[in-house]
Amino acid sequence: MALKKTSKKQEIKKVFSKDPGPWNFYSRAGNKYFLMDWIFKKILFISGVSIFFLVLMIFIFLVLNSMPSIKEFGFRFFLSKSWDPVFEKFGALPFIAGTIFTSFLALLISLPFSLSISLYLGEFSKSGFFSGFLKNSIELLAGVPSVVYGFFGMFVLIPIVRYLEIKFNIEPYGVGIFTSSIILSIMIIPFSASLGREVIELIPQDIKEAGYSLGSTRYEVIKRIVLPYAKSGITAGILMALGRAIGETMAVTMVIGNSNVMPKGLFSPANTMASLIANEFTEAVSRIHLSSLIEIGLVLFIISAVFSIMGKIFIHKFSITENG
Amino acid sequence: MESDILRIENFYAGFGNSTILKNINFSVVENKITSIMGPSGCGKTTLIRCINRLHEFSPGATFSGKILLRGEDIYSINPISVRRKIGMVFQRPNPFPNMSIYDNVISGYILNGIHLSREEKERVVTTSLKKAGLWEEVKDSLHRRGTFLSGGQQQRLCIARALAMNPDILLLDEPTSSLDPKSTLLIEQLMEELKQTITTLIVTHNISQAARISDYVAFLYLGELIEFGPSNKIFTNPENKKTEEYLTGKFG
Amino acid sequence: MDNKNISKRIFKDRIFTVCVTFLAFIACLPLLGILFLIIKNGASSINLGFFIHLPKPVGEEGGGIANAIVGTFIVVGIAFLIATPISLLTGIFLSENRKSRFSEMVRVSIDILSGIPSIVIGIIAYLWVVKPMKGFSALSGGIALAMIMLPVVIKSAEETLKLIPYSLREASFALGVPYYRTVLKVILPTGFSGIITGVLIAVARIAGETAPLLFTAFGNPFMNFNITKPVNALPLLVFNYATSPYEQWHKIAWGAAFILIIIVFVVNILARMISKKWKVTF
Repeated sequence: MALKKTSKKQEIKKVFSKDPGPWNFYSRAGNKYFLMDWIFKKILFISGVSIFFLVLMIFIFLVLNSMPSIKEFGFRFFLSKSWDPVFEKFGALPFIAGTIFTSFLALLISLPFSLSISLYLGEFSKSGFFSGFLKNSIELLAGVPSVVYGFFGMFVLIPIVRYLEIKFNIEPYGVGIFTSSIILSIMIIPFSASLGREVIELIPQDIKEAGYSLGSTRYEVIKRIVLPYAKSGITAGILMALGRAIGETMAVTMVIGNSNVMPKGLFSPANTMASLIANEFTEAVSRIHLSSLIEIGLVLFIISAVFSIMGKIFIHKFSITENG
Repeated sequence: MESDILRIENFYAGFGNSTILKNINFSVVENKITSIMGPSGCGKTTLIRCINRLHEFSPGATFSGKILLRGEDIYSINPISVRRKIGMVFQRPNPFPNMSIYDNVISGYILNGIHLSREEKERVVTTSLKKAGLWEEVKDSLHRRGTFLSGGQQQRLCIARALAMNPDILLLDEPTSSLDPKSTLLIEQLMEELKQTITTLIVTHNISQAARISDYVAFLYLGELIEFGPSNKIFTNPENKKTEEYLTGKFG
Repeated sequence: MDNKNISKRIFKDRIFTVCVTFLAFIACLPLLGILFLIIKNGASSINLGFFIHLPKPVGEEGGGIANAIVGTFIVVGIAFLIATPISLLTGIFLSENRKSRFSEMVRVSIDILSGIPSIVIGIIAYLWVVKPMKGFSALSGGIALAMIMLPVVIKSAEETLKLIPYSLREASFALGVPYYRTVLKVILPTGFSGIITGVLIAVARIAGETAPLLFTAFGNPFMNFNITKPVNALPLLVFNYATSPYEQWHKIAWGAAFILIIIVFVVNILARMISKKWKVTF
């Protein structure tokens, strides 16, 4: 009798502990709700699967369609400086260089500004007229479409840069890497600033108060407590901002000058990987040209995926230190 | 004549490898108030959640034994009809925030897709709110959100919601633990009035509350049923030493 | 000696404060500049004809952007119709299965998806829709925008639904309500305002996207309601006209940019108002 009881208990245990939670809970009752719930859960599951497969298929299609170019040029694709649709010789180095120059320069320019905004909003003054103004401006800036930024760059930044170039005796293109970097930096400021503010606001008050109680000034608290503490959070923000800058297309296309040669200097016209695709995709007639452009798209995909995952890891690290 | 409406036989329950309830056996008498009392962590809430079949939502939940509602094992019929026959009110009032007071009362019908005519709706809302002693207070604001009420009113709204389904048994899981003394008193009076028509099972860790309202008391300690009996017997002449110690405040 | 040190530290602190405030202020200037320019150049080119007429060839005065406005509504509408149901279901899935390994995989996929440059999404829509259909179309543009919309809406839906207390679903279960009805009739309506806000923010974002439309919706100088044919869209028009050499077209581009920015801001403000006004308190 006692033995029978325990065996029944174990059997029930299995049913419930195998699949805990709301899932599977009607499995013992045969009514119409069992079927409806089962269908509903399957639909939810399928929608989750579909997102996973969407990303997987994007990757697979990019790889498949860049196969002709990968087979033809191999690794030379990334080292060759010539991009010549007429002779069907394609090398991505000028655009990789253009992308790296513009996005890192943009990051460099934007860093002091976005860090200032995050410190101002997260640490100096959380309310008040200027903070409210700042917060709203940042949100509005984040909402401005990138084509409008490009438009602004064409009609405001280019003349200014050209004027400066004449002043300093540089070839006055107006367009080029420098102009693109400025536009990009304006575009990524709201993004990294709001991320930075969130990170800084998460730092527990008592740690900062400990610093103040020892007689530190605010500058010292920020330098020795806030910034080191928020390090991995800020790194995540920088990574995500960099990912943004690398993938940004329209604004850059409108001000970079669209030149398919290696950029010679800070002020020379160039092309980024994204702006090259925007410029040439609809004009690419030969299979190998199109495939080369898609391979550049594949590179962009891989870079952005790596940055997303790394950003997530850093944020995770930050939230762990934040929880003690 | 007294008859048992609910019988709990050889009941075990737990999470994963730990057992919370061990060999629980007792019966609930129809149209009486039965209190389950005991120190916190003794498994009172787990027991009442098992009776409503909510226990199985918790991750890794396990159980064995029988709970018989009018002779039928609730674990062998489907949980939907069990829950419609056994209403439940929780520790914290939880009216649906997106519904009006009116809709909250008939939410059991709305959410289950049971169609009611206008007159039926009116009747159910009025009688349930009257039974829950809330009618006078809310009759002019039936179409406002339920969340604007005070905590005590919200809790009575939850009772009305449970009563609207015409359950055989009403389970109350420490219904007054988050309320002020005045609201607590109102709810205790309400239970006294409901006794005519419904069987009530209440979980409480408040000894004086159990003494005030209950006809039968089950005393749980560390997952075991220490003593069960009519409340006047338990409170005046407990058989078990543990019960006596608990009632005199030696632990708990 | 000690006093001198302290005043030096305080001085440093002051300088730092001034620098931070100054830099934060400078960062706002571009926004003011952009808004000023667009209002100044854009408002002057807007009149009723601007909304109801089609673009005119170079050299002719007047002309409007009716086709682009209609086209934007078409592609955004298609994206909305595709992305919203999938996003909602996935958002529910993630908030219901918080800790499973598979949902963590889905979350990583969503992060990757939201990081993909929009031009690459354009390539994908070209490969999946334009190539098989043998032509640019509003549908392909809508599909491209839907892929951009998905991660935004999923994340906001998940965050909203996660905040709904467990006690509400218990209340529903205790009334004998089956699981699917609990989710659809209790959890979703309770998170409704948050979800709507997320959808609106996503719509505002895709309304301004240009890159994914370049080789999908493509652009069209005429009015078109057929979703299998190319359409124009406001951001496309801004791009094409701004990069053209004609003064007259620049003026139209300013006007279109003005309308675009107004649409984006109005939708954003609407989203914020909804999240404030319909906020459900527990």
